[in-house]
This record gives sequence, C-alpha cells and structure tokens, in this order.
Amino acid sequence: MNREKTFNILCTAVAMLAAILVAFLIIILVSDKPVESILIFLMQPFSSGRYVGNIVETAIPLIFSGLSMAILFQAGLFNLGGEGVFFMAGIVGSIAAIWLKLPIFIFPLVCLAVGAGTGILVMLVPGALRAKFNANEMVTSLMMNNICYGVGCYILNNMMRDTAVSSLVSYKYRSAALLPTIVSGTRVHVGILIALLCAAMVYVFLYKTKWGLQVRATGANAKFAKYSGMNVMKVILLVHVIAGAVAGCGGIVECLGLHKRFEWTALPGYGFDGAMIAMLANNNPLGVIGAAAFVAYLRVGADLVSRFADVPTEMVSILQTLIILLISAEKFLHKYKQRWMEKDIQIKEVQHEGLH
Amino acid sequence: MKGFINLIVSTDFVYSIFRVMTPLLFASMGAVISDVAGAPNIALEGLMLMAAFSGMYFGYLAQSAAVGLLMALLTAVLFAGVLAFFTLYYRTNIILGGIALNSLASGGTVFLLYLVANDKGTSVSLASKTLPNINIPVIENIPILGSIISGHNVLTYVSVLAVAFTYYLLKSTALGAHIKAVGEKKEAAESVGISAVKTQAAALLLSGVMCGFGGAFMSMGYVSWFSRDMLSSRGWIALAAEAMGRQTALGSAAASMLFGVADAVSNAAATQGLPSDLVKTIPYVATLVGLTIFSVRIYRRQKEV
Amino acid sequence: MSEYILEMNHIAKIYGNGVVANSDVSFNLKKGEIHALVGENGAGKSTLMKILFGMEQPSRGEIFLRGEKTVFSGSKEAIAKGIGMVHQHFMLVESFTVAQNIVLGMEPKKGLFIDQKEAVRFTRELGERFNLPVDPEETTKNLPVGLKQKVEILKALARGAEILILDEPTAVLTPQEIDQLFEELRQLKAQGHTIVFISHKIPEIKQICDRITVMRSGRTIETYQCEAVTEQQISNAIMGCELNTAIERGNKKYGEANIQVRDLSYTDKSGVQALKGISFDIREGMVFGIAGVQGNGQVELVDILTRRKAVQSGEARFYGQDISAADQKSIRELSFGYVPEDRLEQGVAASVPISENMISNDLENNDFQKHGMLDFQKIDAFVKENIESYEIRCAGGSQPVGMLSGGNMQKVVVARECGHNPGILIAEQPTRGVDVGAAHIIHKKIVQLCRDGASVLLVSADLAEILKLSDVLAVMYEGEIVAFFESTEGLNEEKLGLFMLGIERHGPEQIRKAVNGHE
Repeated sequence: MNREKTFNILCTAVAMLAAILVAFLIIILVSDKPVESILIFLMQPFSSGRYVGNIVETAIPLIFSGLSMAILFQAGLFNLGGEGVFFMAGIVGSIAAIWLKLPIFIFPLVCLAVGAGTGILVMLVPGALRAKFNANEMVTSLMMNNICYGVGCYILNNMMRDTAVSSLVSYKYRSAALLPTIVSGTRVHVGILIALLCAAMVYVFLYKTKWGLQVRATGANAKFAKYSGMNVMKVILLVHVIAGAVAGCGGIVECLGLHKRFEWTALPGYGFDGAMIAMLANNNPLGVIGAAAFVAYLRVGADLVSRFADVPTEMVSILQTLIILLISAEKFLHKYKQRWMEKDIQIKEVQHEGLH
Repeated sequence: MKGFINLIVSTDFVYSIFRVMTPLLFASMGAVISDVAGAPNIALEGLMLMAAFSGMYFGYLAQSAAVGLLMALLTAVLFAGVLAFFTLYYRTNIILGGIALNSLASGGTVFLLYLVANDKGTSVSLASKTLPNINIPVIENIPILGSIISGHNVLTYVSVLAVAFTYYLLKSTALGAHIKAVGEKKEAAESVGISAVKTQAAALLLSGVMCGFGGAFMSMGYVSWFSRDMLSSRGWIALAAEAMGRQTALGSAAASMLFGVADAVSNAAATQGLPSDLVKTIPYVATLVGLTIFSVRIYRRQKEV
Repeated sequence: MSEYILEMNHIAKIYGNGVVANSDVSFNLKKGEIHALVGENGAGKSTLMKILFGMEQPSRGEIFLRGEKTVFSGSKEAIAKGIGMVHQHFMLVESFTVAQNIVLGMEPKKGLFIDQKEAVRFTRELGERFNLPVDPEETTKNLPVGLKQKVEILKALARGAEILILDEPTAVLTPQEIDQLFEELRQLKAQGHTIVFISHKIPEIKQICDRITVMRSGRTIETYQCEAVTEQQISNAIMGCELNTAIERGNKKYGEANIQVRDLSYTDKSGVQALKGISFDIREGMVFGIAGVQGNGQVELVDILTRRKAVQSGEARFYGQDISAADQKSIRELSFGYVPEDRLEQGVAASVPISENMISNDLENNDFQKHGMLDFQKIDAFVKENIESYEIRCAGGSQPVGMLSGGNMQKVVVARECGHNPGILIAEQPTRGVDVGAAHIIHKKIVQLCRDGASVLLVSADLAEILKLSDVLAVMYEGEIVAFFESTEGLNEEKLGLFMLGIERHGPEQIRKAVNGHE
C-alpha cells in the first residue's frame, strides 16, 4: 500500500513539474526578457509578505471549488456547475449583505448561510434530475451556469445596481457583513479559516461518517453500493447538496472577503479550476488545500510575469490542460500498475474459469 | 408585446433561425458521429472555439477567407486528434480529456488573442476576413421564401450539407457501418477484422471537421471577429440536441432547430426591450427543459420493462 | 497426415501471470467430420479454440493446417485461411439487417456507397447455396435465437470458412431449433465442411458427432469414435473418476422453510427461457446445493432471489414473506447474506479499504456508527477479529481491498455476508478462484452458519464442494431441476455427471421432493 501511495505522489509531482516546465517554455517563447520572467514566475511570489498573501487569498476560492468538485468526483459524478453556483450565491449573498442589518459576528455568518443555501438550490436542479431520471448532469449543470449568469445579471442590473458608480457594480455591502482581514499588510481574510474549516468538515464527512462511506462506495462501484443495500439515489442528492453548499459558501466568501461590493461581470471561472484541483488532490479534501495552494502559486506567478513582461495570465489554463491530461494519462500508467498487481491475484481464478 | 409578435412572424426572424442554427448543426453532427462510434466527443465547445480563433487569425494573416477556413478545419482536426490519441492510446477517460480540451480552448484562445491583438476581449482591431453570403439566383426573388432561404452565409448552406453528409455516412457507407458496429458491439466488429481503435479515431477526426466548420462560421460568418468565449455554450447545447435526437443525424438536426428557435426568440426579445439578461437564458432553459422531458420519458419507458 | 485437415500437436498455453490454460493438448480434425470437443468449465476448450482462431498464441506446440505448418497472427489471418468461429454469445449488431451483418467488413461497394442491393442478393444466394435460408432484409434484433445462429454460421461461410467452430451452439436453442441445426450441420458436412462442436451436452453430441475429444484440466484426455463409446464412459472421462464419498451427516432435524420457491420461471430479454418452473424449499439448518454446468439457469435463479431480476412468474418467499416487491435495499433489511459469483463486479469496491468493504451492508448498525459518525474503534475491532478468524492475509484494514489475492478478497466478502449470522445465505461459486486454504475456511463458516440454524443455498460448479457441504442436492439442466437427492451419501461426481450433462433425469415425484423435502 505504501508503494502505491508513493507512486501516486510521484506521478502528481511529475505532472506539476511538467506544468512548470511548460510554463517556462511559454515564457521563453513569448517574453522578450525570458530569463528574468522565469525567475519572476518562480520566485517572486515568495519574495514579499504581500505576494505570499496573494497566494493565500487566491487559493481561498480555489479550495472551495476544489472541495465541491472533489465530493462530486468521489461519487463518480461529473457535475460542472461550480461557476453558476459561485455567481448566484455571490448575488443572493450580496443582497443579504447590502440590505440586512445584523450585529457584527452574526451578519457574515448569515450571509454565508444564504450563499450556501443558494448553492444547494442551484445544484439540486442537475442533482435531482440525475438522481431520479438519470439525466446527464454535465449538460444540465452547464446549462444552469448560463442560466444563473443571466438571472444573476438581471438581478444585478435591475435590483442591486449602484447607479452612482459608472462601472457595473452593486451597492456597497454593510461593513458589518464584510469578512475582516486577518493578516495585516495583506488581503488575507477570514475566508481562509472558513475554507480550511470546510476542508476539515468535508474530510470528516467523507472518511468518518457512514454517509461518506456510501458516497465513496457509490463512486468506486455503483453496483457494489446497490448490492450492499445503499440508496444510491439519496447518495446522489446528498452529494449535490453538500457540493452546492460548499461552492455557494465559496462564492459569497470571495465577495465579502475581497470586495466591498458585488463586482463580477462575468462568471468568475472557478468551475474547471475546481475540477483540476480535485484531480491533482486525488479527490482528497485535505489534498485540495495543497493543490489549491499550488495553482494559486502558478496564478500569482503568472500575474506577476504578465505585469512585467506582457505574457497573458491565461497561460495558466494551458498549464491546467496539461495537468489534467497528464494525470488522466497517469491513470493509465496507474492502471498498468494495478493490472500487474491484479495479475498475481487472478492466477487461480483464470485457471478455474478457463477464460470463458 | 405586439412588437414582439410582429417580429416573430417576419421573414427576418425565420431567416435568423437558420443563421443561429448553423453552429448547432455542425456541432451536433460532430456529436452524432463520435457518439455512434462509442467515443463521445464532449470537447465540441472547445474545438469550435479554437477553430473560430484560427479562422480569424489565419484569415487575417493571409488576408484570405479561404485560408482562414482551411486553418480552422485543420486546428479542430488536430486537437480532435489529440483527444483521440489520449483516449485511444493512453486510455484517458474521454470525458476528462474533453474537459481538458475545453479548458485549454477557453484560456488558450484568450492567451493567443492577447498576443496577436493586444486585447483580451475581441479581435476587432484585426482586419480578419469573412466568408461570403450567397444570394441564390432564382430563389432570392421568390416572395417570402426567397428572403428566408437565400442570402445566408455559405457555411449555413454547408451546415445543411453536413446533416446530409452525416445521414448518408451512417446509413450508406462502409465507414458508417463500421462506426455503428464499433459503437454498438465492439466485439462484433473486431471479430470480422475491423479495428475499433482506427474506426473511433476516424469518427473523432470527422467530428473535428464538423467543429472546424462550426467554429469558422462563428468568427467568419456570424460576426467578423473573434471574442472570448464567443461560443457561449453552444457546443453543450449541441450535445443536448444530439442526446434528444437519439444519436441520429435527422433527430439531432430537428432538436438543433428547436434550440435555434429558442436562440432566435431570445435575440428578438432582446431587441424588443425585454430584459436582455433574462431573455438570453431562453436557449439554456429550453435545453434544460428539453433534456428533462427526454430523460423522464426514457425513465418511464425503462420502468415498464 | 493427409487425412487430417488440421493437427494441433502438444499445444501449451501459459499466460504471463503464470496461469496454465493448456498444458498438453493434441487435437486433430479429419476433413469432413463433425468433431465434438467436450469438457467442464475451465478444462481449456475455449483457450484451445482461441488459439485456433488466432485470438491467442500458443506457448508451445505446433499447428498444421492442410499439411502445412501454420501460425495464426490474428483472427483476420485465421479467417483468411478458412477457419470460422460461431461464438456462444453472438457477435451480431442487433440494429443491422441480416445482410448488413453478413457483409460487415467486406461490404460490396457502388462508388462511395454500400451496394445494398448487392449485399441482399449476395446474402440470399449464400443462404440458398448452403441451404440455410434467411431473409436478408430482416432486422437482426427481431430474429429468434435459432435464426440468429444461422446468420452467424452464414457469416463464417461467407468468408470462406472450411472449418467451422461452434461454441456451445445449442445452449440457447429450443429442441426444434436444435433438430434444425443438426440438419444444417449434416448438410454442411455433406458439402465438405469440417465442424468442431464444443458442448457439454452428451446426448446431443452422441446424435451428431463422428468423433469426440475429451479435455480436462488443460489437457486432452482421450479421443473416441462416437459409435464406439458410451455416454457413461464420456461422462467419466469428463469428470474424472475420483470416487468421492460425502461426509456422513446422519439424521438432521430441520426447522421452518426460510426460503420457498414455487414454479419460478424466467424469460430473458432475448426471449430465451432461462428458468422453467423451479420449485424447492430450504429449511433452517439445511444446506441446499444446486449442481450443474454453468449456464443452465443458476445465474437467473440467484439474480431473482437477490432481487437483481424481477419475479416474472411464480413465487419466492423469505421467512414466509413474498419478496417480489423487495429491491436490493429492502432485502437487506431481512436477515440475509449473499456471496456473489463475481466478487469484483458487485462483491467489493476495489479501491475502497478492507474495513469499509467489510461493513458496507450494515451501516445502520448501532455498533458501527452513532448518529452517522463511524465508530472506528468498534469497526476496527470487528475487522481485526475477522482478519484473524478468517486468516486474511493483508496489510491491515485500511488497505484497498483490490490489492488482495482472490482468496483473501473472498474471505472479506464472506466475513461481511456472514458477519451477523444471517438466517439466509445465498452462496454462488463461493470458492471459485480461491486457494485451498481459503476455501477450507469459507466452507467451515458455511457449515457453522448452518449448524446455528441458517438456510443456505449453495450454487456451485465445483462438485467436490457441493458434495462436501450439501445436505440435500438438486441438479439443474436447461432451466429445470432434473434431479433431487435427499442425501449426498454414496453420490459422486461420476453419478452427478450423468444428470448434469443431461444423460439422465429423475422422475417428477422424486423432483417434487425438493419441496417440503426431508423431514
């Protein structure tokens, strides 16, 4: 078993390394100051407290998104609705943050609850359709993304817009609703603690409760889950509820932590990120923290390079693709290793079956 | 409201249906071919996006729409080939591979857009080429029908041909028979010496061609520039259309038409002063509802067995 | 040498992981004969034919085809050299027409398109030539099984097959269709084709074949001239003549019937009747063994009792309650355990730890969890206890179960299913692919459960196991119970073979004793 875990870690490290190497390649090709750019990409994120803070604050929404996808993947589901959930939860949560009036500790908590609740409702659409009617959750969730965007924009434009400001933003949040910064000199806010707490809770759920066991069993072998008497439909619904709550939380946390008003004019783009982070972390909630940190580091590095040498930050998505492809291909290598080990196992079986 | 109704019952509206349907037709045909072969290509959105960028950029470089179209096709086929390679050789889960490609497309195209046009939004600053609209001689003069059928972009007519192509490919050609056999029962095909890998690779490449046309239409026919995320999930709608069309060319085309109508209604309603944010969700709501009805039907049917 | 169209000499096939499928097989075919290849599951028949059809390469030995040394590098080459195979599970595309299936891979073309008319004409002519008439334009899905088989045979003939291999061809045919098939085979023989007929149904083989080769445990035992050998002799050769007396059981007292089955019938999706009116009772304290070659309805029976398939006709009761409305979830609420035939398919989740696999069917148990939180102390104690008592060789409860050997994996399954001493246990091939030590432990557990009053249904193709464990024994053949024994005393594999292979059957009153049997 130890051998397998080491193999896993090695493969993930290889993927990450390859991503960094490709980043170098891109920088070399695009930047007119390649060597300095590479150094900036690699090192500058660590060079000052403020930049390290950037890594942390960038990682926060990635942790939420990664957790959400990790739960879905653990159950064998391919729901990509994270984007829509983030956006919609941000909107509805912002409404609460703008118009409610609550004392200082309770206010953000209520907003979080509103965000999580919104997330649950949004995710339940593809979730219920999949649980009951086996409708393809990938397409339904992506449709929800677009619908959430449209509906959210409408609400923003017509009910929340602060016309005193020229750009498309909402009214200011009440200051009691904001999430305070916890490290001075940076923008790192309480959200990181909430994210870490969520990661811990998801971890406990998945590995220490009977429901988590059912989720993992369903994802590993749905026939086995049914055979053991598990209610697979309930599992699918439960997974969507939790994933929705976590992603919803992530959306409102991002708004209340880093902004003073609702400012997103496009889908924030955390959906596919979350998928990739979950894969990097092998769907382990605690691993998601590290994976999110790594991707955040790539992002900050790319951002710094873009300011210095005109290399667009979107290069990160090229790295993302590479990571996903390598990890999935790694699964192939993994299968090889698995098959090799299974071959020992199946010696006598095959003899008996005569390979029929 | 009256204005809206007037708008809908006009030839312009029906004309617009065919126009917005074009990418849906291409992509859903790509979905049909790959799905029938048992290798469902979910990277339609990403492939079309990359093709749209290529068409715009190379058309601009060579100052020739034909070159743009050609490069759009090649780009889509190239990346479909990458998907085929990882899926068939490395046994990557084809869904994950599709997700990876979509991710690459959405970020990669913006990346390149910035590099070539210094703008992360659109490529309007580049004088890229467009493909011509075609006025069909005699037909254009027929009242009503003429203004609906004639005057479309050349690729709109090609999209109809694509449906015919897919239909006849699967119905009457040897490759089509092999594709169907491999998708339905791989062992049956292999037992007579047909290579499942080669057949599925061919199907994926063909779906790449379809996406190439679809993407080229977006940046060289629908509008004359490339903008970030310009497909707006049309690739996913096409997937839903293919599911509802039961993996057939004609069925998927019909479903695409339905979604095309939704898209056209959405555009029309927007011009009438209905809130554009809500109105633009019409195609997605339609897709969601369509898929739901479809899944419920199947669920009911299976219960009876 | 020239009288033999095919010679396979001293073929051995050892797989990369050490499995020896064929150890020393010599098999030859005379031109124009119908040659039966018989043996139990696992005897090595299918491996041999896979080698002949180019799907596998032999590790040792030589093949001579028409006097020339040959190596088949793939099925394509075997087909090209005139060998055709009709698989047991048809290789037909259901949505295609007959003609489309027959010309698949060699479609006649007219320009860019398939010449459908020519395909139809070709098929029709083919059918006439071999006197196997089929309607080229009929959709394959709608054909009865017998016709589908005709299409498969025509497919092989269309590609110029001189040697036809038929793998268990009569498994899915009605008696009339079997007669028809035999007629067709005789005609093909008259036209000069050579046929290899793989089967385990001795009466049929005696009807149609010229020579019979028996395989057992990876080697050829003997080749007989059909008229010169008796069914008994064939059966002995297949089973091996080890005399096995069952353990003396004495008079047992049985309790209530926990499992009751009446007139259970089942027709599957392709129209084949897999079960034809099965009835039996299993009482408390009784191990009810069902012997039979795989494929005679046992899978359908177990699937119905474990709720994977519906009760189409007839009745099934657990503890007196009708189970037809139960599903896989609600059946678990009864005191019920099920050791499935394919542990990797549903018995375990390979990537999940051993401990979690061991409690998967019992998550409501207040020992293992309180308000949803798993109590790892209690779980680990339970798992540790099982690991010890079953002697499971593993690296601890947190190891993914997929890493265990077959025997140890099966022990996990058995530990789980017997974990809370169920009143009903259904065990399907419980020691298949399991080493001797593990098998022994599993058998001990079944016997202990029984002594504590459980009703056990034991379905197995392993006769030694059935004879060792069963109190009463039924034999299934072609979806029916053809024999019932109130005791296994004096029974051996030789005798059972006659019933399993369809050579003999009990009369109806004896079979009825399976219901409310043995007081």
